[in-house]
Amino acid sequence: MSTTTKLDLTDAAPAKPEKARPRRSLRANSTLNFWLFTSPFLIGLVIFVFVPMGWSIYLSFFEARFTVSPSEFIGLDNYKAILDNPDFTGSLVTFTVFAAFIVPTTWALSLGLALLVHRLTFMKAFFRSVFFIPTAVSYVAAALIWKMSIFNGVRFGLANTVIGWFGVENTAWLANPDPPWYWLVIVTLRLWLQAGFYMILFLAALQNIPAELYEAASIDGAKPGWQTFRYITLPQLRATSTAVILLLLIAAYQAFDEFWNLLGKATWGQPPLVELYKTALGESQDYGQGSAGAVILTVLILIITLFQGKIMGFGRGEESK
Amino acid sequence: MSAMSNVNWDRRTVLRAAMGMAAAGGLAACGGNTGRSSSGEGLTQYFHAYGEAGTEQAIKRYAKAYKEANVTTQWITGSNFENKLFPALLTKNAPDVFEFHPQLQMVTSGQVADLSDIINPVKDDFNPADIASHTVDGKIYGVRMIDDPQFFYYRPSLFEKAKVEVPQTLEELIEVIDKLTTSKVKGAFLGNDITPVQSPLIWSAGADTLNDKNEIAYHTDAVADGLSQLRKLFTSGNLLLDAPADWWDPSAFTQGLTAIQWCGMWAMPVIQKALGDDVGIFPFPKVGDSGKFSVTNGGWSMFVNAKSKNLDAAKEYVKWLWIDQKEYQEDWALSYGFHIPPRTSIAQSATKLKSGLPAEGVKLFSEYGHFDNIAWTQSMIASVNDVIANSVRKGGSPEASLDACDKKVNAELKKLFG
Repeated sequence: MSTTTKLDLTDAAPAKPEKARPRRSLRANSTLNFWLFTSPFLIGLVIFVFVPMGWSIYLSFFEARFTVSPSEFIGLDNYKAILDNPDFTGSLVTFTVFAAFIVPTTWALSLGLALLVHRLTFMKAFFRSVFFIPTAVSYVAAALIWKMSIFNGVRFGLANTVIGWFGVENTAWLANPDPPWYWLVIVTLRLWLQAGFYMILFLAALQNIPAELYEAASIDGAKPGWQTFRYITLPQLRATSTAVILLLLIAAYQAFDEFWNLLGKATWGQPPLVELYKTALGESQDYGQGSAGAVILTVLILIITLFQGKIMGFGRGEESK
Repeated sequence: MSAMSNVNWDRRTVLRAAMGMAAAGGLAACGGNTGRSSSGEGLTQYFHAYGEAGTEQAIKRYAKAYKEANVTTQWITGSNFENKLFPALLTKNAPDVFEFHPQLQMVTSGQVADLSDIINPVKDDFNPADIASHTVDGKIYGVRMIDDPQFFYYRPSLFEKAKVEVPQTLEELIEVIDKLTTSKVKGAFLGNDITPVQSPLIWSAGADTLNDKNEIAYHTDAVADGLSQLRKLFTSGNLLLDAPADWWDPSAFTQGLTAIQWCGMWAMPVIQKALGDDVGIFPFPKVGDSGKFSVTNGGWSMFVNAKSKNLDAAKEYVKWLWIDQKEYQEDWALSYGFHIPPRTSIAQSATKLKSGLPAEGVKLFSEYGHFDNIAWTQSMIASVNDVIANSVRKGGSPEASLDACDKKVNAELKKLFG
């Protein structure tokens, strides 16, 4: 049975073909569509990102304790004060070292996982999901699981139970900075949470490498394994690697949730954002000094990102590689 | 077929419908969880999450019983109540009424309202120390709801087994903790970051946080020596650290993970239920030659947001609940955890506090309790947290840590007092 709707044909169509109705040009429609679909996001971006950023820059030049509508202009005093705060400057140094460690580690782990999963011939989807699922867990929830169940200091904590099998005494993983076991807790948590996401990026990139490249390499005598990986896979992943490293760098400096929940009232292992949170939104309620710190951190991230982009060629065209 | 099928869904109709739904949504949001009602004022109050079962329901029950306004309660979980309260106070969604501790900067920045007019008529019925800790230039800025003494809980049976006595000095405490420690039970739990005992350490060393002139009074040789002793205790391996539940929860003590725990009187009913008569309490012992016993008096107070649009209604509600409704005040102090009612008339009639361990808690509170100093702000407390972190947990020089603390506290004092 036909499902086509029968039209009313009482008014017969004119014999002479009707002249095409004037239409808005495709270009005009494209412009309208562009604004229609992007404007909600642009408005959100302006209201929730650019206005606060601008306000933050404004606040950084004012005495703004317990207020975000200050009136006393103090020039660069907030910048001097935050740079004179050893906790903040120390956090910048600590997290540059942290970034230098966690970025390559996460990069290597996620790439390794992607290579493993990519080569799987069975249960591929299962293992892809297994490694990706932690990405969906909130940093706060994961930090509490790590702190209260796995790395707590009592005898029935998972980590202490395991080391207890080997005759090792209970360890206070987070309360005692010497030895700094807290880094083990933080790094394992971060790797667990992040590696799956970057693995997916690498998997997508791996699937885009043409099989012909491997065939050509094989014909030319390249040995499968390290040689193929070194000279074909890795160069083909360059764009993805650059993006992954960029995202990891920014994430390292923007670390907050797990550090806040794991270390509490510590003076070590404190990321810049936690220091700024304490300054602006915590005990001090100094929005001026906190804003000055935020500006400094933004500039630092910008410089490092541009520097990294320059080294790795982020944004260059394929032909220029 | 329904009539709806005949509607011509052109772009205008769709747009009109969408706008209508958005408007309806907006209106629905207005009638949501805002605490506003068509009859009377709508008020919002902030409470941190108390650990004792039934407290949230109690606060909401009191609020519901108030007929003059629709009072919405935000029960804020997590251990950083101030990190949620302070930013909220800067916004239009700030609570009208909130609980906190007396803090001078909240007065100087105009965040809390003067409540003298509602407290003065019953001022003499309050603990004078509680009134003093909420007073600035003769004006009273908060109503104390509960006083919460904090001290050491211990198991007499374990003391007997280890043949040790209740310690009188910090040195003795360290020795006792050493003797109580076994392969299964740690000697003591002072909180995961040791900060709960920072103020008692200062007081027990014969010092104070600030003196009468609002100058630094904590930086003494005895305090520095006490910090060194705490460091010795920290590295002895005899302290319980990284417990899943922190010091305000008595789980570590009731589960037998520790023989001594620093905790508050609020936990007394739970501890007694778990351990029966095998529980004792003692104050923070003396530190140094001029040392004194000390007990922290925590507690919470009600404040009214001075910038509230419903200022008068908020003050009326606070007066109704925390001044007029003695029945609710007694219920709040004694039906869940144990707290000492700041109203003398209620405290005197509180039979639950008249005998046994609760009575002993009241005695320690009366003899050795230290009340809030309104000029000792959250920022200064955080600076001393850093002293504990750097000198006790990290092993830095106590003198250097105290010097660094002085710098931060003096900057804060300068901002407060010029």
